[in-house]
Amino acid sequence: MSQQDASTNKVASLDAEKLSLKSVSLWQITWRRFFRRKSALVGLGILAVLVFVALTAQWIAPYDPYKPLIGIEKVQRREKPCIHLLGCPKDRPQHIMGIDGNVRDQFSRLLYGARLSLIIGISTVTFAIIIGTILGAVGGYFGGWIDNVIMRIMDVLLAFPSLLLAITIVTVLGPGLINALIAISIVSIPAYARVVRASVLSVREMDYVAASRVLGGSDLHIIFRRIMPNALTPLIVQGTLGIATAILEAAALSFLGLGAQPPTPEWGSMLGAERNQVFTAPHLVFYPGFAIMLTVLSFNLIGDGLRDALDPRLAHVSG
Amino acid sequence: MLIQYIIRRFFSAIPVLFGILLVTFTLARVIPGDPCRAILGEKATQEVCDRFIREKGLDKPIPVQFWVYLQEIARGDFGQSFRYGMPVTRLLIERLPTTVELSISALLVSMIVGIPLGIISAVKHNSWIDVFTMIWANIGVSMPVFWLGLMLAYVFSLTLKGTPFWLPPSGRLSAGMSADPFYVVWGLTLPETGLRIALAQFISRLNILNALLTANWALLKDAITHLILPSLALGTIPMALIARITRSSMLEVLGQDYIRTARAKGLPFLKIVLKHAFRNSLLPLVTVIGLSLGSLLGGAVLTETIFGLSGVGRTLYDAITARDYGIVQAFTVVIAIFFVILNLIVDISYAYLDPRIRLD
Repeated sequence: MSQQDASTNKVASLDAEKLSLKSVSLWQITWRRFFRRKSALVGLGILAVLVFVALTAQWIAPYDPYKPLIGIEKVQRREKPCIHLLGCPKDRPQHIMGIDGNVRDQFSRLLYGARLSLIIGISTVTFAIIIGTILGAVGGYFGGWIDNVIMRIMDVLLAFPSLLLAITIVTVLGPGLINALIAISIVSIPAYARVVRASVLSVREMDYVAASRVLGGSDLHIIFRRIMPNALTPLIVQGTLGIATAILEAAALSFLGLGAQPPTPEWGSMLGAERNQVFTAPHLVFYPGFAIMLTVLSFNLIGDGLRDALDPRLAHVSG
Repeated sequence: MLIQYIIRRFFSAIPVLFGILLVTFTLARVIPGDPCRAILGEKATQEVCDRFIREKGLDKPIPVQFWVYLQEIARGDFGQSFRYGMPVTRLLIERLPTTVELSISALLVSMIVGIPLGIISAVKHNSWIDVFTMIWANIGVSMPVFWLGLMLAYVFSLTLKGTPFWLPPSGRLSAGMSADPFYVVWGLTLPETGLRIALAQFISRLNILNALLTANWALLKDAITHLILPSLALGTIPMALIARITRSSMLEVLGQDYIRTARAKGLPFLKIVLKHAFRNSLLPLVTVIGLSLGSLLGGAVLTETIFGLSGVGRTLYDAITARDYGIVQAFTVVIAIFFVILNLIVDISYAYLDPRIRLD
């Protein structure tokens, strides 16, 4: 109880602080709210580590992620992890996550995998947001049959479980990382189109938009300078959470052999390649999956934190 | 009012259904590769292939093929599977029960665990149980289904081998376990073909239901032990989502004035939580459950792959890679239609739970 009181006091004092300041921008308030949430900070921390690993993989990875260690070191295929600190004999080479089925150091491959996962998540979502924004904005702004056609197409896309649709699209395009990314982007377009359309509809009839039109603003000007800023908040939240989903789906496609192909050090495909060895070499399944989970978790935590920070209405609910 | 709403929603689903048919038809046609050689083998001669394509009507213009396809669907005929050489409808009756059983039990698991956890953490806001639930829920939604499935199999089938907690890593029934269909046990005489036998076969392949109907307890136990791991793997994400949504909507409701009034007039707390608060926080919960069912179907592909179950997801995946048009079309259509119906039910229960929506 006392802890609760303390936290309420803290909130109250922070609010008082806010009031005493003359001008605090929306973004400053948002950041402050965001940093007050422990879970969001944890998410940010994990992401910072992942970004660091992704950027420095070639320097911190102890081994080449592609090159088998046959003839270089005396190691066995799918050897269990050997960590010197945990009592593994010093005369044996250290492989903290063990050796994979092609006699490569799994830890090094995992580090390189961070690069791919982040690129996958961010690029698919960026692509989906661009297309989704255009479709949603055009539909919401012009209304009528254009809106109807666009939204019905989105409805059809949403009528398929997203992973199944992605699998079908990849099969049409042919397996491979790039095609998997395209498929995941297509599958996630409707979510963004709906978010943008809803924001556009909510402000389209407002006086300031009418004023802009009377002043001779072109449709493009009104959509992107007057209306779209309103859609930014939900888009940022949806986008961050979308990165999490995209990484999960890309990993699932790679796991099924439809995404990144061996020997690419992609977590989903590393896991998929060794899935039948789960009983004999569990470390080859555990670590890549754990890495996927951590990455997805970080984006989920950040997305939730952003949502609560950007939408004060929810602040008291999610505490 | 409600009836009107249902009818309106029903008609608005028709263009979507048409779109689904068009998309699945087109997708099946643009899958690269030669269906003839995918089915008859790489070495099939040109003549054999030409005859195959003529027989299957694949040489006709695409719009004509689509028209034929629509007519067949209307008659409930999904055509033949090239690969298995049997009507797709029969394959559907054979494979769908696995997925239905898996999805339902995964959803049950997620609701039975998720809803109480959500309620408790809302009532005991900021307590250790709340913090624990939220941490766990965040991890739960971030878990790759295929990884969780493999890890569960490792723990329960290998590490716990020899203990009472051992669970089988694959399949629907143990080897040698026979499942007599209930209509045979009951001595029913059914026609060879038609809707009644199809329905009876479908039900008899739902192992748990069939075991209950035939009072075969050994079969029941075997079917359930085989279902636990896949359901846990598939149910974890919806479980986490359900716990989160229940918690946040309960928190919102619990903070309202009428709850304070109810407490002030001295109603038992449990009654307030369950009757006054929970009922009003059902709306978001219904949405999440409805949408989860859709993602369960997607997750079923992965779960069925890992646990060696030949359900709809696995069969569809195999069919896509083998370019078996018949199965791809039929199975995606059935899944998508199921999905649309689910959304319809979600919308209708929305209107039922919150009368204001009907006016919209």
